[in-house]
Amino acid sequence: MALLSIRNLTVEFATASGSFRAVDGVDVAVEAGDILAIVGESGSGKSVSMLALMGLLPWTATVTADEMSFDGQDLRKLAPRTRRRIIGKDIAMIFQEPMSSLNPCFTVGFQIKEGLKKHMGLDARAREARALDLMEMVGIPDPARRLNAYPHQLSGGMSQRVMIAMAIACRPRLLIADEPTTALDVTIQAQIIDLLTELQAETGMALILITHDMGVVAETARRVSVQYAGQKVEEQPVGPLFATPHHPYTSALLAALPERATTRLLPTIPGVVPGQFDRPGGCLFAPRCAFADDLCRTTPPPVQAPDLGLARCHHPLEGRA
Amino acid sequence: MSDPVVRAEGLSRFYEVGGGLFGKPREIRALSEVSFAIPRGKTLAVVGESGCGKSTLARVVTMIESPSAGRFSIDGVEITPDRWDAHRDAVQIVFQDPYGSLNPRQRISAILSEPLKINRPDMTRAEREAKVREVMGLVGLRPEFYGRYPHMFSGGQRQRIAVARALMLEPKVLVLDEPVSALDLSVQSQILNLLLDLQDRLGLTYLFISHDLSVVRHVCDEVMVMYLGRAVETGTKDAVFGQPRHPYTRALLSATPVADPARRKERIKLTGELPSPLNIPPGCAFAARCWKAEARCRAERPELEGDGHKVACFFPEGG
Repeated sequence: MALLSIRNLTVEFATASGSFRAVDGVDVAVEAGDILAIVGESGSGKSVSMLALMGLLPWTATVTADEMSFDGQDLRKLAPRTRRRIIGKDIAMIFQEPMSSLNPCFTVGFQIKEGLKKHMGLDARAREARALDLMEMVGIPDPARRLNAYPHQLSGGMSQRVMIAMAIACRPRLLIADEPTTALDVTIQAQIIDLLTELQAETGMALILITHDMGVVAETARRVSVQYAGQKVEEQPVGPLFATPHHPYTSALLAALPERATTRLLPTIPGVVPGQFDRPGGCLFAPRCAFADDLCRTTPPPVQAPDLGLARCHHPLEGRA
Repeated sequence: MSDPVVRAEGLSRFYEVGGGLFGKPREIRALSEVSFAIPRGKTLAVVGESGCGKSTLARVVTMIESPSAGRFSIDGVEITPDRWDAHRDAVQIVFQDPYGSLNPRQRISAILSEPLKINRPDMTRAEREAKVREVMGLVGLRPEFYGRYPHMFSGGQRQRIAVARALMLEPKVLVLDEPVSALDLSVQSQILNLLLDLQDRLGLTYLFISHDLSVVRHVCDEVMVMYLGRAVETGTKDAVFGQPRHPYTRALLSATPVADPARRKERIKLTGELPSPLNIPPGCAFAARCWKAEARCRAERPELEGDGHKVACFFPEGG
């Protein structure tokens, strides 16, 4: 049985101008020890679906799902208090901007130990020892001194390491990393990605990596789920996804990578992601798609078979586009 | 090869920070002795991590800040701060964040005609409007956008507006400070194509600042790799990407993720982070993170040397 199983997740936000569907019927399944990457552009709902799982969305959001279970427990039915025993312990999350995700008023040591106190019931001495271990695990030099540092005294890379230490403090079984390296420099990004994959291999936890960087996906993930405008449009293991994308969006996205360019001008995807008011009636990608016909513009596409990458498309691409 | 449009020799910019009533202010060397030349219609890419001085370089070249030392000329005319006014319209800049760089209270028409109002005072209103509409067409903005406000546009469209604003005064040189790093992948390629197309049509010279090596590799002709305010390697794109000689360049290239799951490559692991620009070590600035560093690297600073493909290292790769 899957460690995490979400079926038909929908998140709607009540806005001043009516309700806005940020996530539209997304399925996520993760086994223990798996590395799933969720890829998409801004507005594709990749962060919101994970925040919904964590219960971190504001009150304006309405979350519905046919199933949302972690390790056999139905998260929808749990009382908030019981749910909080899982969130932060068995499921932990790393956020995008390490500098603004840490509380500037407390030392990083305090912030790491907070979770240990709440979830693990360790005494002060054990917490101190565990915090030191964690700081060493994530590769922070001189950990004893750094425990007493405030977030502003650390660089971006160091802050992200602290965030990772906090997230893995209670030995989570599922770690969600939301754009963990976007704010960081390339050489630091490489260090953080290596750290995450090493920790994953050591502890055997499942990892969900939210990113828009195809390079990071190719080097880290085992399975990839591509989202567009709130919908999952394709899911495949990483190798086949890059070799034979079945959804035209995935294919166009890969073709637009500068490193795959064969000509001076890059292939582009015309237009922009649909917003709240211009959501098309049929396939959401139809207005930008090179293969769209009348059927695509009027009828929402079905989800294809697994050998076609679960592509949400009327005319999935068969071989290499 | 034609004469270079932009030529810089030993450009430096220092900042003084701190220093209270009794304390001595300390000097940050944001940019030290950077030299380059860009031929007409070509692109020089400046790459490096945050704090390497690439944005300071952009500000010095666009005459936003005066250099602390060094010389800098455009089209053979030496530019000094007292002559800025006359030469500013030769160099224009496109900033990284199209959400922050456009005034939300101004219509597109006002944003685009402002450079003309200030720099071309004898233009009539009708001439200005004609010019604005011409440039809007050039960058692919539809005529009906003329009276709209920036908030009505997506990131990619805003970046087109920013490019249009930079083109209003018909500059010779465009400084592009991370022009696509705030954009989504599908929109990024549209803007890169626009920039390449404009370069072909108008013969523009680009100083392209970026940390994204795959973008740089696609657009540039020459590359300058910077580390802590200094150029550590310069050369043509093929030379620098094909046979990187400075250990830092090699590390940077190996750290850049490649969108090809089949390619498992050995990554050079750098330990540590950039030293603070407040206390740059005496020798090679990269020595503390370098796997090849020896005693000499910590004592003396290597100069940028070589023929065409220059490198600042005592023990460069490949001879």
